[in-house]
Amino acid sequence: MIAETGQFALILALLVALVQGTIPMIGAARGDRAWMDLARPAAFAQFALVALAFAALTTCYVTSDFSVLNVVQNSHTDKPMIYKISGVWGNHEGSMLLWVFILAIYGMAVAAAGGNLPPALRARALAVQALIAVGFILFILTTSNPFTRIDPAPFNGNGLNPLLQDPGLAFHPPFLYLGYVGFSMAFSFAIAALIEGRVDAAWARWVRPWTLVAWCSLTLGIGLGSWWAYYTLGWGGWWYWDPVENASFMPWLAGTALLHSSIVVEKRDTLKAWSILLAIVAFSLSLLGTFLVRSGVLTSVHSFASDPARGVFVLGLLVLVTGGSLTLFAFRANQLKGGGLFAPLSREGSLLLNNVLMSTAAGTVLLGTLYPLFADALNLGKVSVGPPFFNAVFLPLMVPMVVTMGIGPLLQWKRGDLAGALGRLKLAFIAALLVAVGTWLVAGGSSGPLWAAGGLAIAAWLFVGTLVELAARIRLGRGPLGDALERLGQLPRSAWGMTITHASLAMVIVGITGSTAWKSEHIQVMRPGETVNVAGYEVTLQGTEDNIRGPNYSALRATFIARKGGDLVAVMKPEKRMYTQPPRPTTDAAIHTNLLGDLYVVIGDPDGSGGFVTRLYYNPLVPWIFMGAVFMVIGGLVSLTDRRYRVGAPLRTARAAAAAARG
Amino acid sequence: MLRRWSVMLPVLIFFVLVGFFYWRIVMMERGDMPNMIPSAMIDKPAPEFDLPPLLLEKAGLKTADLQGQVTLVNFFASWCIPCRVEHPLLTQLAGRVRLVGIVYKDKPEDARAWLSRLGDPYKALAQDRDGRVGIDFGVYGVPESYLIGKDGRIRFKQVGPFTPEDISNKLVPLLAELQK
Repeated sequence: MIAETGQFALILALLVALVQGTIPMIGAARGDRAWMDLARPAAFAQFALVALAFAALTTCYVTSDFSVLNVVQNSHTDKPMIYKISGVWGNHEGSMLLWVFILAIYGMAVAAAGGNLPPALRARALAVQALIAVGFILFILTTSNPFTRIDPAPFNGNGLNPLLQDPGLAFHPPFLYLGYVGFSMAFSFAIAALIEGRVDAAWARWVRPWTLVAWCSLTLGIGLGSWWAYYTLGWGGWWYWDPVENASFMPWLAGTALLHSSIVVEKRDTLKAWSILLAIVAFSLSLLGTFLVRSGVLTSVHSFASDPARGVFVLGLLVLVTGGSLTLFAFRANQLKGGGLFAPLSREGSLLLNNVLMSTAAGTVLLGTLYPLFADALNLGKVSVGPPFFNAVFLPLMVPMVVTMGIGPLLQWKRGDLAGALGRLKLAFIAALLVAVGTWLVAGGSSGPLWAAGGLAIAAWLFVGTLVELAARIRLGRGPLGDALERLGQLPRSAWGMTITHASLAMVIVGITGSTAWKSEHIQVMRPGETVNVAGYEVTLQGTEDNIRGPNYSALRATFIARKGGDLVAVMKPEKRMYTQPPRPTTDAAIHTNLLGDLYVVIGDPDGSGGFVTRLYYNPLVPWIFMGAVFMVIGGLVSLTDRRYRVGAPLRTARAAAAAARG
Repeated sequence: MLRRWSVMLPVLIFFVLVGFFYWRIVMMERGDMPNMIPSAMIDKPAPEFDLPPLLLEKAGLKTADLQGQVTLVNFFASWCIPCRVEHPLLTQLAGRVRLVGIVYKDKPEDARAWLSRLGDPYKALAQDRDGRVGIDFGVYGVPESYLIGKDGRIRFKQVGPFTPEDISNKLVPLLAELQK
């Protein structure tokens, strides 16, 4: 009964979406206010119906209703409650329902918060949202129905892939989807603007918060995924350039570019066509990611049950959404005349350079990801593209970008003074030099490669450069300290957002550099009592216990004692688990972190004569990657609370005028 | 004019991509999956080998045994979970084709215990303890199966466990042709 309610609600949601996708659009074309205003109640209704469908599926999982095929295939009564719930989106059908649910949440949010939007823009944007929903609900109902019944119902289910039974991964998909689907808002606004033929500063201001929400969620989603890979896959790695990882990284790059170009649209009324294109591309890359994962056209370690029939459907959606919007763009882009002119050396110029580098990076990742497919199609043989390619092409793009990130914020709009900016950055330059030389001296030529010194130097450049910009903004040192501090307190939240995210990126760069350059790895057979030296730690295998019982697994648990100079540092208990349903082994690494580095211990198979294969790693600075990602999200959230999103444009102008009068 | 063309560029690139995707999906519907790696051994004679038997009462396997009739050589191991999944399908297949097994990198007693528990559908069973013969065949994981024609040449390679679809779509038509 509950499953049928869910399915019925989904069918109703489809009908509502059809109405929401057409009537307001026609109303906007005719200037009929009543037809346009239909979009808001329709968006609320659609949210309610999809929420009902999602709640129905969740109920089936929580109550272990094994008459529903999807529950049988992905759940089991022994599974802890949190994984019964996360099992809802741990499979293809349920994750598509989550996708549509998040789309409906965004639609409702625009309807609720968009009171100050021009009615026609709001009507069109909500209509475009609804048309996307039509496509995806149809996809669910025709090819991936999660509510299909099974008769007779089995006594128990098949269980969820044990690798997915993990707190990190339980919340990875929802955040990822909040990001992917969040870009649909920028997309819908872009299409609405193209239909209207008008993009202005107000448009950029309406779109920016949605893009920020999406960007923050996607950053968190990618961070969680990477963290999960780091501690469950047992290799000590945190990024594999796997097609599915790339699929989430490409929209992130495009979204980051969009965040920056929309600043130019807002402040300087230029780069309009480019920003519209980025909005389309960011969402299209999200859809492309969905397509790549679900259709099985690429081989990946993340194997969702792939099915060519589903692939054709998503490809069709992609053609309609992306093909349609890019065609519309081709016809309308020339009408979007840019306003402000600017010299290449200016704030706009540096943001444009950032955009070009980000887009090139996204394009390069796309090329690397799809190259095996191209090679296969063109009969160049089966190839796989791995980390060496991506590292080789990514690095040369990121270095100039990070250098520009230091300089750009110090340049004025329109025409910047490069010499002046570089003069202010003296401190950053000195810091970078000191770090490079220091790294070289401390790490020595043997273990620390030259590029690691360069990586840390560039991080120092970015970090100090960001602080220099903050100091320049509050005119620190040019007048009484009290005035500077007062200005610090009055800085707009968006400025804080930039400072925090840019500084966090410096942190991430430090983490990436450190973990790549100085990772140490020891793989050996150890007997209880034996000690191995890892990066200054003495790690002793104290003993192992077999047959530890978990709720749905049995485990081999080892106890390691880590000492440094004879002092106890940590007792570490890695496990090797065998899940009962489905029967599959997993490794559960034990990690001891001191925030500067992780001691990472994995227990492997017994060698048959009392010893065990063990893998011991020291991963220096890895925590900085994940902390950096978290700070980046915090920076984005701070920027999201900026006053200009809460207060209407006229008020802001009045306040700026008042400020000008005062100063 | 340049601008007019440059705005067309994204949509053109996109449709080229779609062309590639569509080609891939069509190929997948024909059973050509992207993770399939063509074996260098197809249509080549099976490598030279002579392996000891696993069981006292059943013969081992050598290259000469593969002449004269269509044979399916299955590499498996008791430690391999997909092999266990594949086992009932192989048992059904044993009536249609001469099925021989090579126990790959496994302890003989483990393999014997495994077979006595699950049943032994093989006409001959050999042990490849160090995996040398596996290397010659190009095995890079178990289970893997090689269909060998009457002339002793490898005609088909299955990477990973057989599925019912693999058997009905690929193996059965090929068997009918080779057994003519």
